[in-house]
Amino acid sequence: MRVTFTANGKPVEADDVWEGESLLYVLRERVGLPGSKNACEQGECGSCTVYLDGTPVCSCLVAAGQVQGREVRTVEGLADENGLDPVQQAFIDAGAVQCGFCTPGLLVQTHDLLEREPQPSDTDIREALSGNLCRCTGYEKIMDAVRLASARQCQKAGASE
Amino acid sequence: MSTRTIAGQKNLQDIRTGSKDGIGGSPLRPDGTLKVKGEFAYSSDLWHEDMLWGMALRSPHPRANILSVDISEALKLPGVYAVLTHEDIPGSKFYGLEIQDQPALAIDKVRYHGEAIAIVAADHPETARRAVKKIKVEYEVLTPITTEEQCLNPEVYGYVHEPHEFKSHGHGNICHSQKLVHGGGVTDEIRALADVVVSGHYEVGMQDQAFLGPESGLAVPAEDGGMDLYVATQWLHVDRQQVAPVLGIPEEKLRLTLAGVGGAFGGREDLSMQIHACLLAQRTGKPVKIVYARDESFFGHVHRHPAKMYYEHGATRDGKLVYADARLVLDGGAYASASPAVVGNAASLGHGPYNIPNVRMEAIALYSNNPSCGAMRGFGAVQACFGYETQMDKLAAALGMDPVELRQLNAMSEGDSMPTGQVIDSPAPVAELLQRVKDMPLPPPLDLANLDVRTLPGALSNTSHGEGIVRGIGYSVGIKNVGFSEGFDDYSTARVRLEVIGGEPVAMVHTAMAEVGQGGITVHAQIARTELGVEQVTIHPANTEVGSAGSTSASRQTYMTGGAVKYAAEAVAQALIEKGRKRYGWTHNDLSLIGGKVVSESAGVLVSMVDLLGEDAIDLTREHHHRPTVPFDKETGQGFGHVQYTFCANRAVVDVDVELGLVKVVELTAAQDVGKALNPLSVIGQIQGGCTQALGLAVMEEIIVKDGKVRNASFTDYLIPTILDVPPIPVDMLELPDPNAPYGLRGVGEAPTVSATPSIVAAIRQATGIALNRIPVRPEHLTGTL
Repeated sequence: MRVTFTANGKPVEADDVWEGESLLYVLRERVGLPGSKNACEQGECGSCTVYLDGTPVCSCLVAAGQVQGREVRTVEGLADENGLDPVQQAFIDAGAVQCGFCTPGLLVQTHDLLEREPQPSDTDIREALSGNLCRCTGYEKIMDAVRLASARQCQKAGASE
Repeated sequence: MSTRTIAGQKNLQDIRTGSKDGIGGSPLRPDGTLKVKGEFAYSSDLWHEDMLWGMALRSPHPRANILSVDISEALKLPGVYAVLTHEDIPGSKFYGLEIQDQPALAIDKVRYHGEAIAIVAADHPETARRAVKKIKVEYEVLTPITTEEQCLNPEVYGYVHEPHEFKSHGHGNICHSQKLVHGGGVTDEIRALADVVVSGHYEVGMQDQAFLGPESGLAVPAEDGGMDLYVATQWLHVDRQQVAPVLGIPEEKLRLTLAGVGGAFGGREDLSMQIHACLLAQRTGKPVKIVYARDESFFGHVHRHPAKMYYEHGATRDGKLVYADARLVLDGGAYASASPAVVGNAASLGHGPYNIPNVRMEAIALYSNNPSCGAMRGFGAVQACFGYETQMDKLAAALGMDPVELRQLNAMSEGDSMPTGQVIDSPAPVAELLQRVKDMPLPPPLDLANLDVRTLPGALSNTSHGEGIVRGIGYSVGIKNVGFSEGFDDYSTARVRLEVIGGEPVAMVHTAMAEVGQGGITVHAQIARTELGVEQVTIHPANTEVGSAGSTSASRQTYMTGGAVKYAAEAVAQALIEKGRKRYGWTHNDLSLIGGKVVSESAGVLVSMVDLLGEDAIDLTREHHHRPTVPFDKETGQGFGHVQYTFCANRAVVDVDVELGLVKVVELTAAQDVGKALNPLSVIGQIQGGCTQALGLAVMEEIIVKDGKVRNASFTDYLIPTILDVPPIPVDMLELPDPNAPYGLRGVGEAPTVSATPSIVAAIRQATGIALNRIPVRPEHLTGTL
């Protein structure tokens, strides 16, 4: 089947998609967006998290046909022409990226958290990111990164008011 | 003093500080931006025009004879390009890290659940999956050999490898053993010297590395009849050494390039999909990519050895250890992998960082029909640490002493001997590390009045509002070796090139080191900046065009490859200075490279590196071999077997819901001597990550194997810690230089994984009063509902 949708603001179409293919597979293998990662493909690790119509989902659990006509935003769509998203920069600066395989999913999930709750408590952060496994960092530096991104975004928002 | 020299001195003051991104600084990862943008190419992201997908058929039985394999139906499926069995292997059919006992594809029998029998190449992963299902295998199912008793009685229960199959080692079902006797050993006379004796049986479950990036890679056949393999591994050269003979091609025709690695933790030391992808590419003449699904990953790599251990300690009434006795039985599973070296570590490190005048030890690894076990972070030292640290707490209780004081009383320090007779010839601040974790402020007590239930055991499940919650505190310390031991000629190679690009001096560092996330490439750039006085450093992709870097394991890469980069960079610096001497006739003996200039301590800046280099490049390669070690004596375990030791101490604070058996680690503190922190940000990240894997082993992580069958090969059932399970991990870093190591550094990555587990279990014991001799601790252990 042919699936057409919007990926990071651009219309895309994928041909010869088998009915059982996931959005993750279509993004990675057909659309040329391998940023979303394939760690468990069971919705347990969060590495493949993308926005689907503005809501974070595990793209491995979304059948390709379900995205027909919808909007997908992946980690590749977080940075814009002005550079990295503050969440991306904070993950680099805090040392929250080691092997980095979990990073794309964590970035999307963190991005969503800070959209909803610009100043989350530590417990809020832990709750929001509890579906994203990281095997390298011990999460401390991920906590640092989210706090840093929050502080920077709030500072920026304050300055622009 | 001439005016000119004074000006030069002033100039020197300005630049003497060197690069802030040199060693000791915390520059950011060179691959960080790519990784956050989703543009970093991990091995599973590789793509080649016209590429096929490979997949393996795996055995559902842990032990069976293969009566027949019928691939005809699979071959008929449209889109299938090849189906191969062991009969199609052009070269050697066996491989292995230390003992070549593992068939690349099963031959006439399977020895573990998940062993690969046949491989398929197809145009879509789903086609490959369907083809695999169409392969018909007729088995004669045999009773698996899975317990210590069965393994040690082969006459009754049989052999995992029949004696005629592997005559070269022929130990029956014992893959490797190591004994150790120190002082008077453990005899009735020695036992009689102790006032207090404690003993216990301990058990450690099978832990998995559970790296997130699945085993994957792309094999591309080359025109010269060779193969290019892009793969996530820990050691490119040892992969090549094992793969080339199976393909029947000379090593130089197999070229490996490191693809992006999504974590490793020992699980990529052994081959996984490398041979299979290459065989399929060789047969089809097309590029073949293999990406394991998560369940296949659990079958496709070796795990941490599960262990059964017996420990006995005797001490005087005032707490001085008199003797220690131990027997460690590690289940190595079907194939040897790294079991011999794991046994060597378990035996030599298995009595911990303590001075014990009389010691006996026996460690063995068994062959069984359980999943193969090999390298995982901590490598044999982890299991033992749970045993000896539990014993320390037990002994402290028996003596009525504080457990930290008991440990400190017996702690080894520089100048003391290991039970192997090896004198510790660099700092060993065991007592100090314990003191440091003890002295750190404790987290505030549970405040039931202002409670966020999300912080309690059970957390988001809202299982408690504070009732039934008890807090406990536990301590531990551990010891780990750094680098490869027991006479192995452990070395690494680095090539450093210095040239002018765009009007700037630029250094390029080329090694075969596997960057698996640990940050080696960051540190290599820091070393090059420090030694060459430049800011711009590029890292060449890791491949087999340069000499071996050895494995990214055993906490050795900064020590070994970092050392090689240092020596290569120093050689380049010397060559550049020589060039200047020849050109300008310098006679100074105090020249160095700082801030892109050749500088004399006495005469100031002499020339810019850009002017001196001109169009020329200096390109030199150096090897770093660590000082030699020797194999342990087989019967006594004596010998200078390890290069360096590293120590970490922990304090854990836990809350336990005693009604439901749920544990929440509230805080896990670490103090570690790192010798010299080349990159403090990365070092702390390593310590926190290591502590987290230890937490996993303490309270949740175990591959459940029943009758040889794996029951939980998924992230749904094999649980690794989430951000809700992991507490704040304050790290106190000590820097006592090791005079024998480059920059005085000490390997970092493994020590916290060795030491942290027992502190968590000790804290749970303190909270509940339950003995807890097995890890991971499960709710049923705490509620008595086992």
